[in-house]
Amino acid sequence: MSLKRRTVLKSGAAMIGTLAAPGLITRAQAAGDTIKIANITDVSGGLDIYGQPQVATMQLAVDEINQKGGLLGKQIDLISYDPQSDLQLYTQFATEAATRERVSAVFGGITSASREAIRPLLRRYQTLYFYPTLYEGGACDRNYFCTGTTPAQTIEKLVPHVMDKFNGKKVYVIAADYNYGWISARWVKHYVESHGGEVVADEYFPLDVTEFGPTIKNIQAAKPDLLYTLLVGGNHMSFFRQWAASGLAGSLPMFSTDFGVGNEHIVLSSEESDGMYAAYAYMQELDTPANMAFLERLNSKFGAGAPYINELASAAYYAIYHWAQAVEKAGTADRMPVIETLEANSVVDGPGGKSTIDPATHHCIQDVHIGVVKDNAFDVLKSFDQLAPTDTAEVCDLIANPDDNTHYTITSRDG
Amino acid sequence: MDYVIVLILQILFSVSSLALVCAGLAVIFGMMRVINLAHGEFIMLGGFTTVFATQAGIPIVVSMLVVAPAIVAVIGFVIERLVVRHLYGRMIDTMLATWGLSLLLIGAATMLFGNSVAGISAPFGSFTVGQYRVSVYEMFIVAVTLVLLIGCYLLLRFTRLGLIARGTMQNSEMAASLGISPSKVYSVTFTAGAALSGLAGALLAPLSGVVPTMGKAYVAKAFITVISGGEAILTGLVSASGLLGSVGTLTTFATTPVVGDAALLFAAIILLRFLPNGITGRFFRRSI
Repeated sequence: MSLKRRTVLKSGAAMIGTLAAPGLITRAQAAGDTIKIANITDVSGGLDIYGQPQVATMQLAVDEINQKGGLLGKQIDLISYDPQSDLQLYTQFATEAATRERVSAVFGGITSASREAIRPLLRRYQTLYFYPTLYEGGACDRNYFCTGTTPAQTIEKLVPHVMDKFNGKKVYVIAADYNYGWISARWVKHYVESHGGEVVADEYFPLDVTEFGPTIKNIQAAKPDLLYTLLVGGNHMSFFRQWAASGLAGSLPMFSTDFGVGNEHIVLSSEESDGMYAAYAYMQELDTPANMAFLERLNSKFGAGAPYINELASAAYYAIYHWAQAVEKAGTADRMPVIETLEANSVVDGPGGKSTIDPATHHCIQDVHIGVVKDNAFDVLKSFDQLAPTDTAEVCDLIANPDDNTHYTITSRDG
Repeated sequence: MDYVIVLILQILFSVSSLALVCAGLAVIFGMMRVINLAHGEFIMLGGFTTVFATQAGIPIVVSMLVVAPAIVAVIGFVIERLVVRHLYGRMIDTMLATWGLSLLLIGAATMLFGNSVAGISAPFGSFTVGQYRVSVYEMFIVAVTLVLLIGCYLLLRFTRLGLIARGTMQNSEMAASLGISPSKVYSVTFTAGAALSGLAGALLAPLSGVVPTMGKAYVAKAFITVISGGEAILTGLVSASGLLGSVGTLTTFATTPVVGDAALLFAAIILLRFLPNGITGRFFRRSI
């Protein structure tokens, strides 16, 4: 009996070992004559829905470059850290990547909170930092590049489009309760008001809220024409389920600039998600030759396990290519020459179209598409060519002030 | 007027879902003094079971009320055998073990099912109260909770099994000397607690969705409610969920969800300051 128990315990321990082992640090290949870069992205915990596709596209980009002979004759070594949706691990891993591994660049950060945890740190360690996520805009730092969209690229186009389409004036806003949700909601208010509408109410929800009953009643009492959602993460999907369970699906047009990047339109049933309008720099459904070729490469690498690609994942792919192109052009992976090369008209033609780094803000000028969810996929309705991050440009000019290191919350826009 | 009716229905639902989420914990912690930090993961497993069973073609009501509790009961039984039974009476060790178990279950669910499992929609449609639409399914949860609580009361109060369970919880040595095997009783109780958690996860799945980390959203509230309830598991559960659920929901209506949650916690702190043994430590002391 005791022998049996021991065997059981042993095999149990072995199982735990195999479960835990791949989680912490994985390496594309052993160090040697390589250029090291790090990705710090949550692939476990509550934010993994965002992180896993990003890591997949970064791996794809690195593999593609390595197969073509690498950079400057060296292979790229992508060191992946999983901060497990824990802010503290972000700073720990950023420090490790910068000081022990001495990587050429760090890619990662999902929430704005995690970005602001590591951005100042990497600046201090003089390690180049790429943030491949859409966000509220305003982070101004010469050591930092963002390949995602900002409100002026998405909200500014989406708000008038949906307001005109439904002839709606009264907008109700529900958002996640942290800097991203609050600042983005202010942008929504700004664009709604400058289009002759009004925000009748705004409500904010911590990321662990799963019960939206009272809010659903409040929305019905306020009788808005439109509902703007800036909800984030798996728990917040409950809102759409409870909305549909109350028989309200389709009763109120909804629009959002983060619905879908967490796979919401796949996880929710079509009844719960149909009719959601959104604007992104990339949607997997884009019918362009570049995108088709990209998806084919992705599918041949990951097969059936290939994730759905959203803007966050495509922005991660662009980030690697912007960096790699600059290293190739600069002839070195050292920080300052790479930054200067990135500032000198760095253009990447990727699956979502052309992405150009704006030297004044270190954000990207890119195409943006408006789509509506239909049968668990986006139906692309309208595209805008080459939109600039004008919100951030309003406050951030790294050409005039190269030493700026501020996260502007763009208060001048307050209505 | 409509608003008042809708408000009352919402409070009924909030209280019921809170009681439902706490029921499994009330049995395991309240009766056995085992701090089961994997409580949230039992809920998660119930949710996943329902989703997969329903997608496999089993009618949703059957997968919620039968399949999910049964599967999670089996998992609970195995866990009691392998882990918990070796740690009875060692509260800190149990906490550590069940916390590890919680991480293991989250990790295993992430690996096996992934984090993008398509959910199931709530059945039954909706009805109208004046200008408001209310989900029938939420009222179904209220009804199931009510039936469940009444069933538990009858079981504990009027059956031999209930008598044995209560006796063992009160004084296991005395029960053992009367020819009852406490380890069997513990095993049955733990399994029943797991089944209740599975049922909670199953019923909430269409409203909250299922992801491997979903348990975390419930476990803290569940512990606070059960501790506020005190010794008598059923009365404690009903009174504490009733009080904290109403305070939380009313405050949420009046202000925001953040203040609502804070009010719930604040009420619990005030309550435990004046009634350190929970509600049933002072009131309804001879109840179950």
